[in-house]
Amino acid sequence: MPLTHDAPGGVEAALELVAGFDDALGHGFARVGEEQAAALRAFGGALAATPLGSRAGEAAEKVAAGSVSGDHLTALAAGRAALTGAVHDALLAGLDAALGRDRAEWTAATGTGEAENLLGGALAWLHELAITGWRGVGQDLVSASDQVIEALLADPGKRRLAVLLDGLAAELRAVCPLAPAVEPPARRWADLWTRAVLLSRGIPEAGPAEEVTGRLLVLGADVHEHGTAVQVRVHGVLERGEGTPDLLVRTSVAAAKVDTIIGPAVWKLLAGFPVLLTALAERRALEVTGMPLLPGGDLVWHEDRARTGEEADPFTVARVRLATAAAPAVPPLDRHPVAIAEPILLEGYTARAGDGGTVFELGDLTLDVMSGAPCGPITADLAGRSTACVGLVLWDAGRWRLRPLAVQATVKRATVTACTGDWALGPTDPKVAKAEAKSDAVAVLRERAGRLLRK
Amino acid sequence: MEDGLWARGSLVGVGPPVRARKLAKVPFVELADGRLQGVVSSGSDIARVYVSSISAGEHGLNCSTNNNRPCGGLHGSACKHLHALMDEAVAQYGAARVARYLRVEGGEAASSGAELMRMLDGSVERESAAVVFNRFLRHLRYLETPVTTAPLPEMQWFPGAVA
Repeated sequence: MPLTHDAPGGVEAALELVAGFDDALGHGFARVGEEQAAALRAFGGALAATPLGSRAGEAAEKVAAGSVSGDHLTALAAGRAALTGAVHDALLAGLDAALGRDRAEWTAATGTGEAENLLGGALAWLHELAITGWRGVGQDLVSASDQVIEALLADPGKRRLAVLLDGLAAELRAVCPLAPAVEPPARRWADLWTRAVLLSRGIPEAGPAEEVTGRLLVLGADVHEHGTAVQVRVHGVLERGEGTPDLLVRTSVAAAKVDTIIGPAVWKLLAGFPVLLTALAERRALEVTGMPLLPGGDLVWHEDRARTGEEADPFTVARVRLATAAAPAVPPLDRHPVAIAEPILLEGYTARAGDGGTVFELGDLTLDVMSGAPCGPITADLAGRSTACVGLVLWDAGRWRLRPLAVQATVKRATVTACTGDWALGPTDPKVAKAEAKSDAVAVLRERAGRLLRK
Repeated sequence: MEDGLWARGSLVGVGPPVRARKLAKVPFVELADGRLQGVVSSGSDIARVYVSSISAGEHGLNCSTNNNRPCGGLHGSACKHLHALMDEAVAQYGAARVARYLRVEGGEAASSGAELMRMLDGSVERESAAVVFNRFLRHLRYLETPVTTAPLPEMQWFPGAVA
């Protein structure tokens, strides 16, 4: 069945309940009005038939009546995650069917993490946010997260929660207190709040890893960043030899950063991964030996268990391998529409300028093209002139979108290929390289850190 | 913007992105705690930095070394460190955002830091350098946080620059 923007049955109704919850959270649970109380009761009622059963309903009832406790917030967060999880499942099932992609079922035991003191601080801050509501957030409440985040960052096992809270706090700092005419980004902040509450109740174990040996054929690098974190997430096809089907996998490396380190400079923070970065910059495959593979399809990158292999053009990899590769199961906690990022090869589309940027027209489907990562050479202009694209299919705000990882375009009558990871070892565009060399934010700040932090 | 996208989007970009700038002279600038505040490297002593700030509304001017020694250039009017701070704030955030934050009347249309500086009417207000300097040290500590290869699925909410 072809992909369309028409949401599968139940998605809109589920998101309507989520929107009602988001509005109540945005108002602040300390000042729930009639409208918000009704939305919370509908939200709780809809969850009665799920394994959460009466807990979500009870929590919604209490909050609607003006009483908020930490356990109630956890039950509400779990309820919201159950709804967005169901939306994720319906959307991904539709996408898999359209792409003809086989996906593994989640069978690994789901280890729940443990509540700890360090997490208690995070939960207390999230509790304050929920009581206050987005309109009530001022600079003092934002600053109250500083110490919590700093402590979480110092513990490698808490990185997921640390980068999430840091990203949320930076957004609140940038725009709060909200001007009366400014609407809060209700869905987004409620998403971040919900996931943070769940992680604060215990960060789940990654699950049992299987050590794999084979060839990782790179499809492309997706780059995520906010002011103080950057993650390069490489999508590829893992080939494990005769008799074993190819598997779609990802491998990630991440670094802490500051807001003034942006664009191609972020690669310098990842210079400790020369094998991976070389493979990206030179468009090579990677030979991996005994690399841990998590049940959710994440290869846990180890530089010393990998070496660069032969050149492998991402378009060739996509043409030859993508159609038959199997997709991994999605870890239960990750089930949320933003987790959908399915590699795809697109050809024969018409790129044109739409209202909000470039769109690709494929028959009846019009895909909004998101901007390429700013640390690489894929500009909106290049995407707009492209004739082939390897990208990720994402879903947000009711529509399918495309995040380009590699594009082919005709520039001055020659075909050029640009990939997100082309500049992993430094910009290959002389103009960009010159500007980078001149400013070198990473070197300046490291020098300052070396001189001032250890006095 | 599409109708409802802002309230119904998980990936909407919040807060204007910071622009790249050269950091050698002014390694740290932020609009926080009701001030434009930052750290300016000393031109003469590589180990010394000046902590400078301009308060929102009142436009109180402050500049001292990180050891709280008052800046000799700041009396009556702004010192060169404050001018440098403003120039780099404009480079990083754009003049309009800086003017809005500091509540500089008519400043949103300013084309440079120097122009914004001429519109300020505050006086010198000496304050401890510790708060801002500590924020700078916290900022620098991010660069010492180790890299990780553990997947961070929550980063999918942060796709970077989004149209």
